[in-house]
Amino acid sequence: MSHHIVEVKNLRHVYPDGTAALKDVSFIITHGESVGIIGANGAGKSTLLQHLNGCLEPSSGAIHIGHTPLSKGTLPDIRRTIGMVFQDPDDQLFMPTVFDDVAFGPLNLGYTPADVEQRVTDVLELVGAGHLRDKPPYHLSGGEKKRVAIATVLSMSPDILVMDEPTNGLDPFARRQLMKLLRDFKHTRIFTSHDLDMVLELCERVIVLHEGEVWADGPALEIFNNDKLLAECRLEKPFSMQGCPVCRKQKQDIFSESQE
Amino acid sequence: MASIQNAVLDLKNLDLLANGNSAIHRLDARAKVLITLVFILCVVSNNRYELTTLLPFFIFPVVMISLADLPPLFILRKIILLCPFVVAVGIFNPVFDQVILLQIGPLGISGGWISFASILVRSILTVGAAFILVGVTGFTAVCQALERLGMPQVFAVQLLFLYRYIFVLTEESGRASRARELRSCGKKGQGIGSYSSMVGHLLLRTWQRAERIHMAMLARGFTGEFHASRQSRFGASEIRFVLAWSTLFIFLRLQNVSQLLGSLITGLFP
Repeated sequence: MSHHIVEVKNLRHVYPDGTAALKDVSFIITHGESVGIIGANGAGKSTLLQHLNGCLEPSSGAIHIGHTPLSKGTLPDIRRTIGMVFQDPDDQLFMPTVFDDVAFGPLNLGYTPADVEQRVTDVLELVGAGHLRDKPPYHLSGGEKKRVAIATVLSMSPDILVMDEPTNGLDPFARRQLMKLLRDFKHTRIFTSHDLDMVLELCERVIVLHEGEVWADGPALEIFNNDKLLAECRLEKPFSMQGCPVCRKQKQDIFSESQE
Repeated sequence: MASIQNAVLDLKNLDLLANGNSAIHRLDARAKVLITLVFILCVVSNNRYELTTLLPFFIFPVVMISLADLPPLFILRKIILLCPFVVAVGIFNPVFDQVILLQIGPLGISGGWISFASILVRSILTVGAAFILVGVTGFTAVCQALERLGMPQVFAVQLLFLYRYIFVLTEESGRASRARELRSCGKKGQGIGSYSSMVGHLLLRTWQRAERIHMAMLARGFTGEFHASRQSRFGASEIRFVLAWSTLFIFLRLQNVSQLLGSLITGLFP
């Protein structure tokens, strides 16, 4: 039995105001896969993520993490298995110093102080934030905050990493750094993002959500080459697949000149 | 709003001072919290017409600032910021209390003026001591010390969260306020009405953030218990620090040292 399987079966979620954010979502993500969940604003991505670690309760349907059904009783175990990195690091870094923040999870899991110390040092080193250890979170830059937020989750050694918009608000250099870091992880990874170039680079598989339903689920390249599907779901090809804008402009110019 | 943002920036600077590495900085936070409490108690428990007994207490801030290498002007500016409030509290004393207590030549000084001055000195001493405490310890360490001295954990955690998110909140409100200013073109805009909806928005946003933070905590196995990971020792140097200062404070409180000094000098030179 593997802990790394995420199975979502006919998941439906209706918010109290009557909005059906998820209508019928099913998929299975297996061990070690890296999956991008994409979709327009309001497609249900964030709602889906909140279901994955039990922050919301399904209106109907079920979620299994490593063959364990997600329910009140199994929540503590499942939350240990799934490491969730929130979109806004300010929500995730609430402790006075970086060290305390990264130690928060392991301490809750009941590790000994020496063990916690070791874990914190290791994961901070891993994300390249060792020098930030005693700083308060409000003294960090956006990229540093993001890396520390990932460290806070890694310190609990989760089997599955779930990240909401990991590259949001990062400068190109910090984005590169983060993507390199994420590429090296061996965990099962689930990302939601509007940064389709990141999805293309990091994920072999893409799930397209549209109005609370799965519209497509397949290899990243196949999906990003399906122009009709992308247009239907208010998406477009990643920039790296759109060809060089300068050359395209030149070609168009030559074409229109030859027509004249 | 700029002034609030400046104040928060100042707060950050004050917190950065706590990263220093002097002998005072290295002391256990509990010792510093305790001694500040004793100091404040000794200062405020003086009689309301006392002025001379208060003056020797200035030795504490002076010694702490010099030992811990804090920037004295920065601390002084922080204290001066608070002075208008103190003046507002004491300004009516000279009006209501006109009994002459002190006669310097032809000039009679009323009890009101003396008690007003006493309030001012007391505030400078106590507020200064509090700033110095944060400057040599850091707000977080102060909270943790209070908790280890017996304050319920709920309060300590509340204070820590307050301190963590005050920066996020002021940034958010600063942005909202700037957006309002830019669109009101230097005029009054929609007046007080626009402010009330802004405050409402801030409240709702704070609420949502609080929910997200709670989710983030639950996601990392939070069960209602905060585990302190920091170990520090209340050793010999802490005991010496507390004993020495508190003896001095209690002595200064019980004996009027200024008067003693005065009578010594007038005794020497009759």
